[in-house]
Amino acid sequence: MYQFLYNLIGNEIIAGLLVAVVPLTIILVFALFGIWLERKVSAHMQDRLGPMRTGWHGWLQTVADLMKMLQKEDIIAHDADKSLYNIAPVLVFTGSFAAFAVIPFSSKLLGSEVEVGIFYLLAISSMVVAGILMAGWSSNNKYSLLGAMRAAAQIVSYEIPTALVVLSMIMFTGTLSLDKMSQMQTSSFWNWNIFGGAVFGLSKFLLIPFMFVGATIMFISTLAEVNRVPFDIPEAESELVAGYFTEYCGMKWGMFMLSEYGNMFAVSAVISILFLGGYQSPIGYLGNTIGASWLVPFEQGFWFIAKGLTLVFVQMWLRWTLPRLRVDQLMTVCWKYLIPYAFLNLIIIGIISIL
Amino acid sequence: MALKTETMVLNMGPQHPSTHGVLRLELEIEGELIISVKPHIGYLHRCFEKHAEAMSYPQVVPYTDRLDYLASMGNNFGYVVAAEKLMGIQVSERVEYIRVIMAELQRIASHLVAIATNGADIGALTPFLYLFRDREYILSLFEMTCGGRMLYNYMWIGGLSHDIHPDFVRKTKEFIKHFRPTVVELNNLLTFNKIFIERTANIGVLPLDTAINFGASGPVLRGSGLAFDVRKEDPYSIYNRLDFEIPTGKGLVGTVGDCWDRYYVRVLEMEQSLRIIEQLIDNIPEGDVQSAIPKRIKPPKGTVYSRVENPRGELGYFIISDGNLNPFRVKVRAPSFVNLELMGELSKGHLVADVIAILGSLDIVLGEIDR
Repeated sequence: MYQFLYNLIGNEIIAGLLVAVVPLTIILVFALFGIWLERKVSAHMQDRLGPMRTGWHGWLQTVADLMKMLQKEDIIAHDADKSLYNIAPVLVFTGSFAAFAVIPFSSKLLGSEVEVGIFYLLAISSMVVAGILMAGWSSNNKYSLLGAMRAAAQIVSYEIPTALVVLSMIMFTGTLSLDKMSQMQTSSFWNWNIFGGAVFGLSKFLLIPFMFVGATIMFISTLAEVNRVPFDIPEAESELVAGYFTEYCGMKWGMFMLSEYGNMFAVSAVISILFLGGYQSPIGYLGNTIGASWLVPFEQGFWFIAKGLTLVFVQMWLRWTLPRLRVDQLMTVCWKYLIPYAFLNLIIIGIISIL
Repeated sequence: MALKTETMVLNMGPQHPSTHGVLRLELEIEGELIISVKPHIGYLHRCFEKHAEAMSYPQVVPYTDRLDYLASMGNNFGYVVAAEKLMGIQVSERVEYIRVIMAELQRIASHLVAIATNGADIGALTPFLYLFRDREYILSLFEMTCGGRMLYNYMWIGGLSHDIHPDFVRKTKEFIKHFRPTVVELNNLLTFNKIFIERTANIGVLPLDTAINFGASGPVLRGSGLAFDVRKEDPYSIYNRLDFEIPTGKGLVGTVGDCWDRYYVRVLEMEQSLRIIEQLIDNIPEGDVQSAIPKRIKPPKGTVYSRVENPRGELGYFIISDGNLNPFRVKVRAPSFVNLELMGELSKGHLVADVIAILGSLDIVLGEIDR
């Protein structure tokens, strides 16, 4: 994308800034939209209407909320560790939004074409844990501390099944680059990795069930990584009030909130790249058919966001259906079920791909 | 060298999302493990019992509304039954029928809140709203009858404040028809949900002898397996003529007396209440609901203890009369107060998250604990 913009504008600095600004804007808009969507989804699931007054079906509600949060007084608890307290939301926000740098929205809209994209993504999203622990500790609040302890244990544990599934996909595709992974699954949904990828013959059909298992494990463990129901114990509002961000208010709280929704989309994007063909269209491109190749990247962007939003919707759907697990049950799910199955899946996919 | 460790005291409440009002729980925890739980009460104390001494007998009725504010009809009922027993008033059949219908509707409404909040504490927010939607039907029935949606002041000594609305019978039947499928929906969505069972089965197990020793009553006692219900054991009003069963905890998914059993007893009791209403709704006798209200209420000297089955358990009123217009003493045996005492016993050795599940399954109302 940088190269494209550089050719277009001819100025290094402006092109570089645009590369940084455009995806960030998209993500911020998504976070705003995600919060609105969550409220509408929950409302319609619960026989309510949700926000209706601010704009058409309340679509401006989150914007209004954000304006309110920006104007709020920034209260810092008296006994809080001020520097850590102030850094924590920034760190969480950065961690979740920096992940978008390597996510290919389409073959043209890609922040940075890093060869080790997926590795970078796993690494940068781990920063969130540090931020959460800082927030919990520096607030000097027992609920925050409990929430941060739970969050750290949970996120670190659930990174293992995620990493194992990612590893199996790296083995299968032979690349760490998210863009290349997406390119491999081109031309039809039958070539998506969840359907055994763009290979032919018996091994493709052998792979399909294990790919489904892998995708399911990935979905469950990323659900836990972004602290969503049924794994929302770090911020379980009926137990810990608000978990690690109990003491935060105003825009600092807003940053936690935005990063949560940013994270939701980020993990959905990763799943769709690994398993659901990334930005590839399931049915071919209109742009290619009518001979307007400039249309293709836009179509790709559409498909990518559609896939991401579908997964986000499933996350919301689960949130408003299921109760919450307890902290020990959460660990049981991870260590006794997800990790062994992810390991097994890794080995089986490895064996089948060399067949 | 062993590290020096100490337990942490976590103050849960009085302002906390799931302490059901203004209860303060002092948790002593080691990591997430509970060492001890101490409930602190009194944040909602309104001197009901002292107030009652300064008012005439009928004037006490509105104050009973505020005891268990989720089951105001039941509180009214208990008080008027006690006062009528003291004065030897016989009310008409119509009044009895309407009172029982109201009390059973109130029982359903109250159990809906109990089930909903228990689910919401565990994280299931959608059933909460579904159940509140259904509770709305009952509240509108009450509103239609007496104008109140929460505090009714409906049952008076010797009668009722208003007769039922002409539409009441039809709407109640509509409600019954609407409500049965929603219980099935609730069971599918929450009761037999795997995660919900994981969170409540084998948690906070209350053995029967402990329950009896602590004086527990209502769904808490029945969840432990004893079919004790004041409506059957010591029938008041017209309950001895009605056909209904007393559901008890059977340990269907865990141990007898766990949180799930207490929860499920409430679900089953709603069905029994529907049965009672169905038996009565079509044959409410004709008559005047206010004919038996005495002009001047001045009971003879004496004492009376009368108990009714409120949604939360055995609600008892002990009234001492010295022959004046005001009662000399009104003492309330509040079921939530007694059931809350079990909190420390049930929570030992569980995790912080379980405390919430246990508290939700005890279903306390601070209004009647603090009085």
